[in-house]
Amino acid sequence: MAMPPSAPVAAGKTHVSLPPLSPSTRWPATPPPVPKVRYIHNMPPVMDHNTYFHILMEQLEGRYAAGDSLFRYSGQAWFGTDHDKLWIKSEGTVDGHRTMSDGDHELLYDHAISTYFDLQAGTRLDLDSGPVRAWGAVGVQGLALYFFDVSATAYFNADGVAGKLEGSYDLLITNRLILQPQAELNFYSRTDPARGDSQGFSSIDTGLRLRYEFKRKLAPYIAVTYAGNYGAAARSPSATRTTPANGPEDVRFTFGLRTWY
Amino acid sequence: MMPSPFPTLAGRLSRRRFITGAGALAGLSALHAPARFASAMDAPVLPPLPAGHIPQQSASTFLLNIGHTPVHVLSKPQMAPTVNGSMPAPTLRWREGDEVSLHVHNTMDEETSIHWHGLRCPANMDGVPGLSFGGIAPGQTFTYRFMLKQSGTYWYHSHSNMQEAKGLYGAIVIDPKDGESRHYDRDYVIVLSDWSDVEPSDIIKNLKFQSDYYTFRQRTAASFFPDARRDGVLPVLKNRMQWAGMNMSATDISDVSGIIYTYLMNGQTPHANWTGLFAPGERIRLRFINASAMTFYDIRIPGLPMTIIQSDGNDVEPVQVDEFRIGVAETYDCIVVPQATQAYTIFAQSEDRTGYARGTLAPRAGMSAAIPPMDPRPVRTMLDMGMGSDMKMGGMDMKAMAHQPKADTPPLNVENQNVAAMPVNRLADPGDGLRNNGRRVLSYADLRATRPASDPRPPSREITLHLTGNMERYIWGFDGRKFSEAEPIPLRLGERVRFVLINDTMMEHPIHLHGLWSELENGQGAYNPVKHTIIVQPGSRLSYLVSADTPGLWAYHCHLLYHMDLGMFRTVVVS
Repeated sequence: MAMPPSAPVAAGKTHVSLPPLSPSTRWPATPPPVPKVRYIHNMPPVMDHNTYFHILMEQLEGRYAAGDSLFRYSGQAWFGTDHDKLWIKSEGTVDGHRTMSDGDHELLYDHAISTYFDLQAGTRLDLDSGPVRAWGAVGVQGLALYFFDVSATAYFNADGVAGKLEGSYDLLITNRLILQPQAELNFYSRTDPARGDSQGFSSIDTGLRLRYEFKRKLAPYIAVTYAGNYGAAARSPSATRTTPANGPEDVRFTFGLRTWY
Repeated sequence: MMPSPFPTLAGRLSRRRFITGAGALAGLSALHAPARFASAMDAPVLPPLPAGHIPQQSASTFLLNIGHTPVHVLSKPQMAPTVNGSMPAPTLRWREGDEVSLHVHNTMDEETSIHWHGLRCPANMDGVPGLSFGGIAPGQTFTYRFMLKQSGTYWYHSHSNMQEAKGLYGAIVIDPKDGESRHYDRDYVIVLSDWSDVEPSDIIKNLKFQSDYYTFRQRTAASFFPDARRDGVLPVLKNRMQWAGMNMSATDISDVSGIIYTYLMNGQTPHANWTGLFAPGERIRLRFINASAMTFYDIRIPGLPMTIIQSDGNDVEPVQVDEFRIGVAETYDCIVVPQATQAYTIFAQSEDRTGYARGTLAPRAGMSAAIPPMDPRPVRTMLDMGMGSDMKMGGMDMKAMAHQPKADTPPLNVENQNVAAMPVNRLADPGDGLRNNGRRVLSYADLRATRPASDPRPPSREITLHLTGNMERYIWGFDGRKFSEAEPIPLRLGERVRFVLINDTMMEHPIHLHGLWSELENGQGAYNPVKHTIIVQPGSRLSYLVSADTPGLWAYHCHLLYHMDLGMFRTVVVS
């Protein structure tokens, strides 16, 4: 095609050396002072400091065993800004006799402290069919490198201290079929036979869940779950804890729904 | 000055220029243009075009009614904010040297505003609520009035409440007062946009919870095997571990994808096939405008080389290419000369290759050409992470181009995930997904202004800004801070400064400075191209010169709307 004559074009030119700065006497090369800006009608041009509300039900599942199936839920909800949030965590297991165990409910203030981690502090209430316990709580929650979701929380009250470690990982088999290994470990400084908590490593609740994200917010899953109590309280016949209905160790076929808003 | 109605303006146009304008209007005559206009045309008579051509208004006084109108893009009509009932908004055709008056009336129940993207107007006419004026309240009318001191292709859009992401955008064409420097027989405005029935507030909420919410092209266990067959097991493992070890995803191309977006050309879906007519042998000027919220496009017309003649409203020396990338808010004008009596597909695939906008240039309505397959989706590399690269590009070693970072690097904090250790000059790099694709692809290094910069002074100081963000928390900003936590950027009235941008994130950001020109330092010296929106490629460093010749408060931001809205925004104060 006929093109008007064109100046040579620097196609492929990659290195550009910039001409030097030249501060003049009239314009010294120092930045001017930062002025105070008053936005018209006190209206900032963008609202980047909004509050958001989310609720995530990570586990909403039936754990099957002949004659004694369990229902288990574990979820979190938070409300707040990028930096500060009110954070609620709740989980529990209900058996066929409507007896609830492992009822752990936490109300936390959450503050972002690093690129991937938040600091959380607040209270935990053990509220289920067993005796009630109250704890103070301090912990961290976030994304460890290699995309591991982790949290570590310490609890304390007049009777002792406790700890909880949680972790999970989303392994993408396809972009919608996701295999998630997950584990929750509980530790206590002293045995609490009435709640079935043992000194030292007390219990584990873990699962290998295979979910399909029909929608991001609605993903049914099948899983193998395992819940086990360890230590003195688990061996005690007076233990009221119901999780190991068939004994101290319990592997079950599970199905459920992961959902969030 | 007196309002100049349509016929008066037409009468002032030269014959050639009038044909130019009429060509684009040919199809509209049946729909929008009154008979008196059609009878005045002596352009080649073309049959009416299918629906979907944007109405054009040529005058210097305008009444723009902003209201909610049902728009039929998807199967179900949706309410969208429109101008005079049209989405995209009417194309405004102006003439350099005129003073235009625009009475913008808001019939919606929410505040609105219009920003004239790329226009050099007084700060109080720039249309950014909070900075330029108080916005246009429901039921109110605001009158914009300013002199047109420039010509070229521009656009306008709302700067309020995500209305732009919902359809409130349109084209502006300003004809040069001394006539066009490039001959063409016909011109078409091509507005590209991304359309969704998901509310922008829901998109933001979803991204805040899960930043890869809309990404379904990630590397998976299933894709490991084909990858390993191609590249070997160990390299693939190592590469994946490297990305995971940084909590980053190499497949993070576009935050919002074709999963929810329908990509539109002049408001038409790919299926509806917007068509521009031509007579073989004509020189057609295509005025591409990317009015998307979040989408970069790679544009080509198979079988038809494109000669780029203008970028962001400013003429550049002609460069013939097969393909070019247009960032959000950029404009490119090109000339094509179709010789054959056949249809040509205008193909604009999204950068993440999850969809495309498509239209046709054809000698007759109803014709169409083959739609090419989309290219493979790009995968980010360590180059995008700002770690330099030993990859060869155009025969040059990238490491040789690396700039050592300055001491004032931003912190790694809640709002910043990465610092480019070795940002490189990527001006000659057409961009991720476009290298070595066998086509001639435009890069920023190819742009050369046709006239020297109006301000010959060298800059007196540098303002270095890092583009930062935390993908996991979906927070964006400059120097590790979002807008609400940062101070404005002060400029002295009359000074000339160099902005240096270093992109620490692994995505492209189209950075737009309102009210002042950005002269990209791409090695053309006095002929550096003059732009209003500049793509900063990931892991790269670039600079541009700004003459602070207009006082006021100016918005300065990434034009990916959800990045802007979540903090990648600053106020520039010229005083």
